[in-house]
Amino acid sequence: MKKYTYTESKDTRSGFGAGLVEAGRKNENVVALCADLVGSLKMGDFIKEFPERFVQVGIAEANMMGIAAGMTIGGKIPFTGTFANFSTGRVYDQIRQSIAYSDKNVKICASHAGLTLGEDGATHQILEDIGMMKMLPGMTVINPCDYNQTKAATVAIAEYEGPVYLRFGRPVIPVFTPADQEFVIGKAWMVNEGTDVSIFATGHLVWEAIKAGEKLAEMGISAEIINIHTIKPLDDEAILKSVAKTGCVVSAEEHNRLGGLGDSIAQLLAKNTPLPMEYVAVNDSFGESGTPEQLMKKYGLDDEHIIKAVQKVMERKKVLAK
Amino acid sequence: MQTEVKETLPMEELEQVAKQVRRDIVRMVHGCQSGHPGGSLGCTDYLVALYFRIMTHSTEFDMNGVGEDLFFLSNGHISPVWYSVLARAGYFDVSELKTFRKLDSRLQGHPTTHEELPGVRIASGSLGQGLSVAIGAALTKKLNNDPGLVFTLHGDGELQEGQIWEAALFAPHNKVDNLISTIDVNGQQIDGPTDQVLALGNLRAKWEAFGWDVLEMNGNDLADVIRVLELAKAKTRKGKPIMILMQTNMGHGVDFMMGSHKWHGVAPNDEQLSLALNQLTSGMQDY
Repeated sequence: MKKYTYTESKDTRSGFGAGLVEAGRKNENVVALCADLVGSLKMGDFIKEFPERFVQVGIAEANMMGIAAGMTIGGKIPFTGTFANFSTGRVYDQIRQSIAYSDKNVKICASHAGLTLGEDGATHQILEDIGMMKMLPGMTVINPCDYNQTKAATVAIAEYEGPVYLRFGRPVIPVFTPADQEFVIGKAWMVNEGTDVSIFATGHLVWEAIKAGEKLAEMGISAEIINIHTIKPLDDEAILKSVAKTGCVVSAEEHNRLGGLGDSIAQLLAKNTPLPMEYVAVNDSFGESGTPEQLMKKYGLDDEHIIKAVQKVMERKKVLAK
Repeated sequence: MQTEVKETLPMEELEQVAKQVRRDIVRMVHGCQSGHPGGSLGCTDYLVALYFRIMTHSTEFDMNGVGEDLFFLSNGHISPVWYSVLARAGYFDVSELKTFRKLDSRLQGHPTTHEELPGVRIASGSLGQGLSVAIGAALTKKLNNDPGLVFTLHGDGELQEGQIWEAALFAPHNKVDNLISTIDVNGQQIDGPTDQVLALGNLRAKWEAFGWDVLEMNGNDLADVIRVLELAKAKTRKGKPIMILMQTNMGHGVDFMMGSHKWHGVAPNDEQLSLALNQLTSGMQDY
């Protein structure tokens, strides 16, 4: 198992904040909009540097999505910022008609996704957003795994023409990807090469997969770990190449089992090479209040649950081989 | 290419265009036996005035519309009138009007950018979204120091959507004063008169309370429409967005369609079509 060390921990939303400033410096057409959550979205530095390129819309997310769509007419590249729940479910029809169907170059940037939002509870912990957004034709869906990757993704989506959903989170987690990485939309990142099982992880679950991989190595299991930061378009080639070697799959995501990364992978496997697969995801339920750590454990989204899923899927592979 | 008709078409010819657009509307809706003739006929004079007299625009369509006035149709179901006006102004050939609502057409039931129809900059149909979009386009024009104005049209029933009021609050606060919105006040919606379905109350008082500069006009009197739209233009860039309350008759120009919600979304049969066309002689060529 490749060794991943880290010297600091940061939240992915701060990676977005830093990336937004960099994107703003690179392209004067980058503008930002926020629905009364400037501090939570870490947009302060952008506002300080480019006050005239920031739009405060107040607590009116539907209006924000419409304004963002309109701002593209004339060449602006709008980045909207609010919690993932209010970035998707609350404004689905606005995104569908005014952004996706109208093919507008809007970047929907969503913080506090999933259970790790923590104590605010299920009203704010959206676990269905990846599903909703990936079903929209033409929408790119990205869920980076740490501060550096989120920053790089934010810069990359400014350079890409078309609607994007960028999902990140609240908690402080290890920074383990390189600061100078090149972020290529739709290109999976090989975290660790292995031969016994393929673990495809996205967002906060990538670090959990690394921890699981280290423990699995001690148990004599060689796990291939791949970071699927772009859920749509999915890197079919990387996934199929990996499973051709390992013959079994675990997907890991901070999302409902229905409609997330796992479902996209399962569809790819069903069409190409049906194989045993286990999901590490929320099992079709809402969340609740608690600390991020407590919630990730209770809802089965930590390294221990990845290990259990690996053991189960490898057993299924063994049975099939007989 | 700028539309040549601006400034040059005398009033009688504008009236003629309006008659022809009304002919197009009933023929289009009849041709596919679906669509929304009522609101389309009611808003004909407004759209003719806009595209043939009021707006600075180019029929060589460019999405960004730099230096141009832009129009957004928020009540997308009255697409027949917009398509006809766009075609008659020269955005695309009038013969394409016969494809309205048919398979493989650029003239979808509700307007869309998806089929790249010249003149359309956003999809609309799901109501209440166009004001926000127009505000966004107006903000970009300000950031770009673009002298163009942004026009929008909304149905009165559409004001029942909450997003409209989010936008209503935003525009005055942010001094979006390069925006001229119009509401088609015909008092009708699908399920009946707006007063019965969900009364809108005093619209002038509401919009003024939100901080808009409010004007009123008779939407079925072309001269009044032109006068008030010119007045509205003169009021732009003075710190406030402008709202025009436009009184219209749903179905205006066809006597048996006028003033009733029953013709909101119903197509005429063959007999009704010929009755309607007899009331709408324009002297221009049908598509």
